[in-house]
Amino acid sequence: MIWQLDLLILVFVIICALAAINIKDLLSAVIILGAYSFLMCLLWAEMGAVDVAFTEASVAAAVSTILFVGAVLKTTRRSKD
Amino acid sequence: MLTKIYENLIVKTICRIMIPFIQIYALYVIAHGHYSPGGGFQGGVILAAALALIFLAYGQEPVVRRLTPNLALSLCGIGVFIYAGTGLLCLLSGGNFLDYARLAPILGVAIPRARSLGIFGVEIGVGLAVMTAMYSIIIDVAGNSASPDRHAASSSPENLNNNAEPAA
Repeated sequence: MIWQLDLLILVFVIICALAAINIKDLLSAVIILGAYSFLMCLLWAEMGAVDVAFTEASVAAAVSTILFVGAVLKTTRRSKD
Repeated sequence: MLTKIYENLIVKTICRIMIPFIQIYALYVIAHGHYSPGGGFQGGVILAAALALIFLAYGQEPVVRRLTPNLALSLCGIGVFIYAGTGLLCLLSGGNFLDYARLAPILGVAIPRARSLGIFGVEIGVGLAVMTAMYSIIIDVAGNSASPDRHAASSSPENLNNNAEPAA
């Protein structure tokens, strides 16, 4: 547990979260959400929760990204607001 | 819809190389669930992700031909049955639910070995159930066999332009 590394990953996580909220293109938001999940996975692994990191990597970064891409392709790509 | 866009030789070849390794890794994660990180849930999700990769690269037809949605739901039930059956077997042998030590006389092995085998059986059940449930969700969300009127309503001109971009 290195707190400098924790802080660095946390800053990237917050940047990804803000970008995913603010971006207009929904497909880009899905990809940024995937990056967010992967950074969260790094954070879990760095803090010692390897099992949680494993679940985060497999569920959030893989399967939910696929589901979101499927939903975007079935509806619309541009956000209205 | 999803299948028409990404008919791509590079994607197909990379998927063909990657998918066996992904599936072997998923089986490794399931089989080593009781002494390393991972387990039935994570391994099942990785197996479902491998199926989704085939689905993205080759389209819906080859995946659905091998594992139809009805068969997937049946396997999901069988997975839950394996999990609950292991627990009920312990219950019937006079122990608590999932008390693997009671499986030792049935399996004919020592108690630590019976605990290991009992957890392994539960992991297999959970992996099967999670894989098929995730597969059913992916087919329902991303498959092109959804209701045709909803499909037609979603293909607005703006949406068609967006879909034409990657193919150009």
